[in-house]
Amino acid sequence: MAATQEEIVAGLAEIVNEIAGIPTEDVQLDKSFTDDLDVDSLSMVEVVVAAEERFDVKIPDEDVKTLKTVGDAADYILKHQS
Amino acid sequence: MSKIKPSKGAPYARILGVGGYRPARVVPNEVILETIDSSDEWIRSRSGIQTRHWANDEETVSAMSLEAAGKALAAAGIDAAQVGAVVVSTVSHFEQTPAVATEIAAKLGTDRAAAFDISAGCAGFGYALTLAKGMVVEGSAEYVVVIGVERLSDLTDLEDRATAFLFGDGAGAVVVGPSEEPGIGPTVWGSEGDKAGVIKQTVSWNDYRVGAELSSLPLDEAGRVKFPAITQEGQTVFRWAVFEMAKVAQQALDAAGIGPDELDVFIPHQANERIIDSLFKTLKLPETVTVARDVRTTGNTSAASIPLAMDRLMETGEAKSGDTALVIGFGAGLAYAATVVTLP
Repeated sequence: MAATQEEIVAGLAEIVNEIAGIPTEDVQLDKSFTDDLDVDSLSMVEVVVAAEERFDVKIPDEDVKTLKTVGDAADYILKHQS
Repeated sequence: MSKIKPSKGAPYARILGVGGYRPARVVPNEVILETIDSSDEWIRSRSGIQTRHWANDEETVSAMSLEAAGKALAAAGIDAAQVGAVVVSTVSHFEQTPAVATEIAAKLGTDRAAAFDISAGCAGFGYALTLAKGMVVEGSAEYVVVIGVERLSDLTDLEDRATAFLFGDGAGAVVVGPSEEPGIGPTVWGSEGDKAGVIKQTVSWNDYRVGAELSSLPLDEAGRVKFPAITQEGQTVFRWAVFEMAKVAQQALDAAGIGPDELDVFIPHQANERIIDSLFKTLKLPETVTVARDVRTTGNTSAASIPLAMDRLMETGEAKSGDTALVIGFGAGLAYAATVVTLP
């Protein structure tokens, strides 16, 4: 069953916490991965791969660059999850 | 039909000795920061690299190889005259003809050993090791000197903030010879040429020679075509190197019949410490496994990185003779090779 936006954000928060050590409550829709959450380009790849597995979605490298905020990622996953 | 007599080799092959050569000049991040807008903290956090070695004019591909191979032969207790073949993996020897391996074979004092170069980027050591194992077991050479050597400082764009800090120079060598027990496991290797553009040379030698009328080429301040350099798509390489190579590394462990608890040492290609960390995590190797982190003070030396890291671990005592080590090289091609070896 497809995840809701809320479930996706909660899932991303756990992933970002696991990979970058950021408190889950800091992971909000409007937060930028690089500027607000200190997720650098390489950690972003780890976040994306973990999100792919968790939400059964494919996020190609060229699309990763467009995911600036947690909201961007949540929207992308909402649209593309199978 | 006439009957052809088969060749006779050894039952198995193993690594008998390892040696390394690092150029005398140590280059700290401060030097890199003279040509790029970055910081020591940024370089360390993205790559783990603190210093690297850059070769001077005397530290040629051939000279560095001779030093490393000489040490490996001494460690193995093998005389150069016993060496049947010399295999050199490099992408940074600027004289394509003749193969640099022939000069090295002669200067080492081999008795007309077979000698040739291969090009497989950062997977080159594993490729050459696999060839050497084949030669020993098949019988075309009793002892083989395998050398990974690079002068990547010659192929580095010092104004590119994504790669200027990454590359280093050096040579690593091993001697492969006969063994009663398997000392080199099955190789899991391959290539993904559809991703060839992910790690590449900025300008081909021909385009470089033609000059600046090709408007698509990168130019320097004087309007000349910039000297060729190695460039890569960082995020794509990172994803492939961690998540695809973890599968390859696992296949190599499985093919060798080595469980996680039987592994002593992990020597991945020293591309970037972040890749090493993530690869280790993704492979779920036990914390007891010693992990090579030579990249911190050597940078990425492509084909030389695995034997150099092996040499460093044995020199410091972090790894010892008889330890079981997983080695995996991956890079331009994209090409990769992984196997399990017994350390010499």
